[in-house]
Amino acid sequence: KTKGIEKSVWVEFIQLALEVKPLNLGQGFPDFAAPENVRNALSRVCNDEQNVLLNQYTRGFGHPRLVTALSKLYSQELERPIDAMNEVLVTAGAYESLFVAIMGLVNPGDEVIIIEPFFDCYPPQVKMAGGVPVFVPLRPKKCGGVTSSADWVLDPAELSAAFSSKTKAIVVNTPNNPVGKVFSRAELEMIADLCKKHNVVAIMDEVYEWMTYTGEQHIRMANLPGIWERTVTIGSAGKTFSVTGWKIGWTIGPKNLLAGPKVVHQHSVYTCTTPVQEAVALGFEEELARRDTPECYFKSLPAE
Amino acid sequence: MADDAQASRTLSSAAAKSIWNDMDVLFREFNPVDLGVGCPNSAIPSRVRQDLIDAVDGQDYSVHQYTRGFGHPRLTKALSSLYGPLLGREQLDPALNVMVTWGASDALFTCIMGLVNPGDEVIIIEPFYDSFLSQVLLAEGVPVFVPLRPKMPKISSSADWLLDIDELEKAFTTRTKALILNTPHNPTGKVFSRTELEDIAALCRKKNVVVFSDEVYEWIVHDDLEHVRFASLPGMWERTVTLGSAGKTFSVTGWKIGWAIGPSNLLQGPKYVHQNYGYIICTPVQEALARSFERETRLLREGSSDCYFKELQTLCQKKRDQIACVLEKAGLHPIVPQGGYFILADVRDIMSKVEVGGDPTEPKDVRFVKWLVRNRKLQGIPPSAFFSDQHKSIGEDYVRFCFFKNDRTLDQAIPIILNLTSGDV
Repeated sequence: KTKGIEKSVWVEFIQLALEVKPLNLGQGFPDFAAPENVRNALSRVCNDEQNVLLNQYTRGFGHPRLVTALSKLYSQELERPIDAMNEVLVTAGAYESLFVAIMGLVNPGDEVIIIEPFFDCYPPQVKMAGGVPVFVPLRPKKCGGVTSSADWVLDPAELSAAFSSKTKAIVVNTPNNPVGKVFSRAELEMIADLCKKHNVVAIMDEVYEWMTYTGEQHIRMANLPGIWERTVTIGSAGKTFSVTGWKIGWTIGPKNLLAGPKVVHQHSVYTCTTPVQEAVALGFEEELARRDTPECYFKSLPAE
Repeated sequence: MADDAQASRTLSSAAAKSIWNDMDVLFREFNPVDLGVGCPNSAIPSRVRQDLIDAVDGQDYSVHQYTRGFGHPRLTKALSSLYGPLLGREQLDPALNVMVTWGASDALFTCIMGLVNPGDEVIIIEPFYDSFLSQVLLAEGVPVFVPLRPKMPKISSSADWLLDIDELEKAFTTRTKALILNTPHNPTGKVFSRTELEDIAALCRKKNVVVFSDEVYEWIVHDDLEHVRFASLPGMWERTVTLGSAGKTFSVTGWKIGWAIGPSNLLQGPKYVHQNYGYIICTPVQEALARSFERETRLLREGSSDCYFKELQTLCQKKRDQIACVLEKAGLHPIVPQGGYFILADVRDIMSKVEVGGDPTEPKDVRFVKWLVRNRKLQGIPPSAFFSDQHKSIGEDYVRFCFFKNDRTLDQAIPIILNLTSGDV
């Protein structure tokens, strides 16, 4: 099962970095401090002597306080009520969200469309599920002068041709790593239409959802009409709150699409670190309270 | 989207979950005294708590960012120092021989996914921690069950759960890839003896299989018995992955950190799997655990009574003895565990005295446990759930209780147990 996925760009380059010690703009984590209020949240949780259960197992599919906060936030963002107990799964980072989504939905022989350039784990995860990756590239529209990530585009005919009767899912990363592209509404609608036509699940990696720069708006696939029922949306506390070391992520989607991923999660990670989930919940509660102010971290981080 | 969205590998595992869903529903409705779930409900050890506070409140903010994949260096180094001598190795390489995971269950999942191919057989000694089966199924392996059986006619110690070595030998085929061992054992509390393990080792060597040794309760061994680490047996290091758990070691089940220790070639496959979904584990908690291990390893080597591992064992043994006494008085004959924090009790006599009712198609212990929640507001776990279908009848004469609970919980449970036949709640 592990043949063909041995190579990891991270393992190789991190090893090289340890040897050579270049200026590290490689691996995607901030080397500035995590925001003080978020650090304080974890500190308060760790210092809490009263609530002894904060250091024991919590609910496997997500600590109640956290899934409640996530459902409140995403009910606003997705403009639909999100059921905390059935439509939210907390994972050990977006990495795990992606893995359980693919293992929980993809059967051997199923095709999974991956838009390139892709985050490195997508093809190995598809292969581990016995799936077949089908690649469709973003191509830069122009070569000279100053280009924008918006100039990286899909060829509609090429995308359409990639869908077959075997296609189970498509993985879309917006905002995109490594290009930085924020898929437009029209581009997402094009993908959505193909998903509906071919009965395909959209696995949306939206970890950088809060990091769009002035003038850009992050469009969530699950917001578009008629696509919620076939979309899972993945998010990351590490990227949201600049605490990559905390390793908490989530998947939001309809109950039936989360069923398979939940089984995989239950028998692998089973339940995520309780004190950290509590701290992330506190972080979200604070941001929800100041959602419309410029102090809200979701506004201040991209400005930075 | 149709209901066939779910991948087929998840379907049989999902079906097996129904007993836990039933229990969950009952638990919420009746709010029983909980001797079911296997985790403590007391404050965590104060020094361990301080380790986490120090890590999180320190001036080094890098503790909130990614650390090394496969394990935070300070932690893998601490684990190597502790486990090297314990596993009979002169030296362990922290980078090659240790992989940190999201708890021991994740370590086992990763090892199975990384070493078991579709169609490979995996021998599971039953009763088994229920995830073992689901994990083998998710890897599309084929589970082969070999039961522990209680020595007839009646047993009183977990040492009386025995493996028939001939039955075990017959379970091996040319397709057998691995065997899953759990010692100290959940739910029986059996601590496999050196002789028993040597017999298993001889077969594994002869048949050339990999062994996954789940030793999460390694520090909770009572009556001055020895926990024998499977990988320390002659010829076993090269074919064994040993799994451990911070949650069980330091009574911090909510931290969800575990590890797999073994020869580098055996960890290669699991590492490739882990780097594609888990890879980097929570930094602040790993940093805290590194500090805890550094201190406790030193105290262990000094033979200090301050060592938490000693404190933990003493506390668990005290609670074990307390609960065993109560169960005996109540007519629920306890099978005293040699290790771990679970105890099995024989329910047959009680069930001849009370009408538990329930669905006659369900195993006896399931009906008993459901009656216990509804009518006595006490939670236990039915051990038949830890057996394969063909061997469920072995488990259905018992109930499992977790006794590693705070004094208040035990004080609530004791009168309920003593009044089982009389008191309707």
